[in-house]
Amino acid sequence: MTYLHNIGTYFMMIGQMFHKPTKWSVMRRLVFKDIEDLIIGSLGIVSFISFFVGGVVTIQTALNIDNPLIPKSLIGFATRQSIILEFAPTFISIIMAGKVGSYITSSIGTMRVTEQIDALEVMGINAVNYLVFPKFVALMLYPFVISIAMFLGIVGGLAAVIFGDFGTVDDFITGVQLDFIPFHIFYAFLKTIVFAFVLATIPSFYGFYMKGGALEVGKASTTSFVWTSVVIILLNYILTQLLLST
Amino acid sequence: MIEVKDIEKSFGDARILKGISTTFEEGKTSMVIGQSGSGKTVFLKCLLGLFTPEKGEIIYDGRPYSGLSDDQRSDLRAEMGMVFQGSALFDSMNILENVMFPLRMFTKQSKSEMADRADEVLKRVNLEDAHKKMPSEASGGMQKRVAIARAIVNRPKYLFCDEPNSGLDPRTAIVIDNLIQEITEEYNITTVINSHDMNSVMEIGQKIVFLKDGVKAWEGSNKTIFKTDNEAVTNFVYSSDLFKKVRQMYLEERQ
Repeated sequence: MTYLHNIGTYFMMIGQMFHKPTKWSVMRRLVFKDIEDLIIGSLGIVSFISFFVGGVVTIQTALNIDNPLIPKSLIGFATRQSIILEFAPTFISIIMAGKVGSYITSSIGTMRVTEQIDALEVMGINAVNYLVFPKFVALMLYPFVISIAMFLGIVGGLAAVIFGDFGTVDDFITGVQLDFIPFHIFYAFLKTIVFAFVLATIPSFYGFYMKGGALEVGKASTTSFVWTSVVIILLNYILTQLLLST
Repeated sequence: MIEVKDIEKSFGDARILKGISTTFEEGKTSMVIGQSGSGKTVFLKCLLGLFTPEKGEIIYDGRPYSGLSDDQRSDLRAEMGMVFQGSALFDSMNILENVMFPLRMFTKQSKSEMADRADEVLKRVNLEDAHKKMPSEASGGMQKRVAIARAIVNRPKYLFCDEPNSGLDPRTAIVIDNLIQEITEEYNITTVINSHDMNSVMEIGQKIVFLKDGVKAWEGSNKTIFKTDNEAVTNFVYSSDLFKKVRQMYLEERQ
C-alpha cells in the first residue's frame, strides 16, 4: 500500500510541478543556479570517470581478443558501442543519481526540516514548481553532459591503445567509424532525456515529502539514490527492448 | 479581523480541534496558549490555510475561506505574514534577499524600489547593517527579527507567529515581543501568536485564547488572566513558581 501511495503522490507532484508557475524573473535565476549546480558542477567527475572507464573498456576488449583472425579494429568498435549505447547514458546516470540525486534530496529535505517549504506555502507559492521545476529544466541539458562523456570515453580508449600498445591509432579510429548506425545516437539521447527526468523528479520527491529531522534527511538521500538507480535500470531495459530489438 | 466559527479538525481517528470559536481583532496582539499537544499548532495552520477544517468556518475580513476560489486563496495568502518557530529563512539568500523575497514574488516593483522597502523594514527591526549577512551568520534574535521583517515587508493584513521567542534569552525575547506589538499597532495588523511563554503572554497578550485538549477552555486578556478561577488556566499559568508568587502578591494586594 505504501508503494502505491508513494507512486500516486509522485505523479501528483509531477502534475503540480507544471501548475501555477513561478514568475519568470524569479524562475530564471533558479534555473541558472541549478544549471551551475547540477550540470556544470558535474562535468569534472563525469569527465574523469568517462576517460578512465573508456580506457578500461578498451584494455579489457584488447586483452580478450587473442585470436589473430579477429581484426584489431574491433577494439575501437567495441569501445564505441559500449560507451555510446550503455556506459555514457546509463552508467553515468547511476553515478549522477548518487551525486546530483543526493544533493537534490538533501537540499530540498533540509528546506522541509527547517520549515522553509512551509514558508513558501504560507506565502501562496507553489513550492513544487518553485523547487522542482528549475531542476527539471536544468537537467534537460543533461544530454550535453552525456555527449561529453561519450567523447571522453572514446578519447580514453584511444589513450589506452596508445599508452598500452594494444594496436595502432589507425586501427582504433577505423573501428570507431565501423558500421556506425545513427539511430544508436538517437536511442542513447532518448534514454538520456528519460533518465534526466528521473534524476530531477525522484530525488525531489524524496526530499519534498520527507518527514523528521537531520537523520531522516540522510535516510531520504540514501532511499532516493536506491530508487533512482532502480528506476533507471528498469527504464533502460524497457527502452532497449522497445527501441533496439527487432 | 479574523472570525473563527466552530472549527473542527481530525487526523484519522484523533480529533485535534473540537469546535473552536473566537475572534481576532486588527491592531491587537492575540495569543493562543496551551500545553504541548493542546492543538495550538493545528489551529494556527488552519488559520494559515495549510489545513482545512472538516467543520466550521474561518472568515477573514468578511471573506469565508471555504467560499474562496484557488486564486482568491492565493491572494489571501499574499496578505498573510508568518514568523516561524525556527525563523525559516532561506539559507541560499542573504538577509536583504530574504526580506525582498515576498516583494519579488508578488509585486512588480523595480529592484531599487524593492531594496528601498526592504531597507525600510530592516531599519524598523533595528537591522540596518546586516543586509549582506547570510542567515547562518546571524544570531537567533537577529534571525527572528529578519523573519519579522520578511513577514511585514509586503504590508500584510494578518501576521501569524509560531513560538516567536523559543530559543531566545529573556532579554531578546522581550525585544521581539515589543517589536511584534509595536508593528501590530503601527500597521493595524491582525496578529495571532502561538506561545507557551508566560512572560510574552503577560507582556503583549491583549487577547488570550487558552486551548486544552482541542477545546477553547478560556478567553480573556493579560489583564484578566490573573483573576480567573478557571482551574485549567490557573494550573497552566501557575505551573511556574514565579507566577505563583506574582498571583500571591496580587491577591494580598487586593485584600
